Amino acid sequence: MNRIANLQIGDSLTEIPLKPVTRLDLIKYAGASGDFNPIHTIDAEAEKAGLPGIIAHGMWTMGNLSKLFTPYLEEGFIQDYAIRFKGMVFLEDVITLTATVIEKQGGQVKFNVTAVNQHQKNVLQGDILFSI
Amino acid sequence: MLKSTIGKRSSKMKNTIERGSVRKFAEAIGDPASIYFDEEVGKNSKYKNNIAPPTFPVTFNVGSIPELNLPTEGLIHGEQIYHYTRPLVVGEDVYCWMEVKDYYEKSGNFGNMGFLVLTKHGEDPSGELLFTEERIVIISETVRKGMLV
Repeated sequence: MNRIANLQIGDSLTEIPLKPVTRLDLIKYAGASGDFNPIHTIDAEAEKAGLPGIIAHGMWTMGNLSKLFTPYLEEGFIQDYAIRFKGMVFLEDVITLTATVIEKQGGQVKFNVTAVNQHQKNVLQGDILFSI
Repeated sequence: MLKSTIGKRSSKMKNTIERGSVRKFAEAIGDPASIYFDEEVGKNSKYKNNIAPPTFPVTFNVGSIPELNLPTEGLIHGEQIYHYTRPLVVGEDVYCWMEVKDYYEKSGNFGNMGFLVLTKHGEDPSGELLFTEERIVIISETVRKGMLV
């Protein structure tokens, strides 16, 4: 495994493809996070809110995304993590997580991070400043 | 109406970071790494302890802002921004409070949208800042009208 300190601008971390999103994933996240908004777990509530079906918590996807950096926690930590939610994630969607270096300064490496669905649409986009 | 809530704060609440909660959270975000809950791995790590994933502060009790009465439906989560001075460690007490940092409106394709910026602050027992979490909530005109009733 390459060290983050050795990465150059334009280099990427190994992409992580997630398994298709299941209802149980979202029920577990609701329980662990305390976010019980029913549009994430109950079909009828999602439909009442004008959605075609339940959608993932934005924070479920953002929570997943940070695991790109978990193998590097001995080297440093996530100092800044900024995300814009750009699209909804539905059941059965297949999300891929990516991170690419966009800046390097001293002990800090800035990555552009995305979560992309099976239609190549960014559902989540932002940046992470990793501090070594 | 929402503009008048800018600067309003909740009172500080104590949150203890529990190993079991961190483990459940790590599993729920598909990141069940041993650094989050295995005591031996934590002790031997550079943090000398288990740490919490960066988005774990969503679980914290930050108190409520009496002047801020948001509806439970129709809110859109626009952005989420964390800043850390160091990772949070299992077992520590974090004192959290929330503030309405800003509110502004912008006209766009979907009408006049309101943007509410809520900032959570987490401090150690001596008042040193550990993290901030900024959440931007988008509130449509329709939902805002409902709030006036």
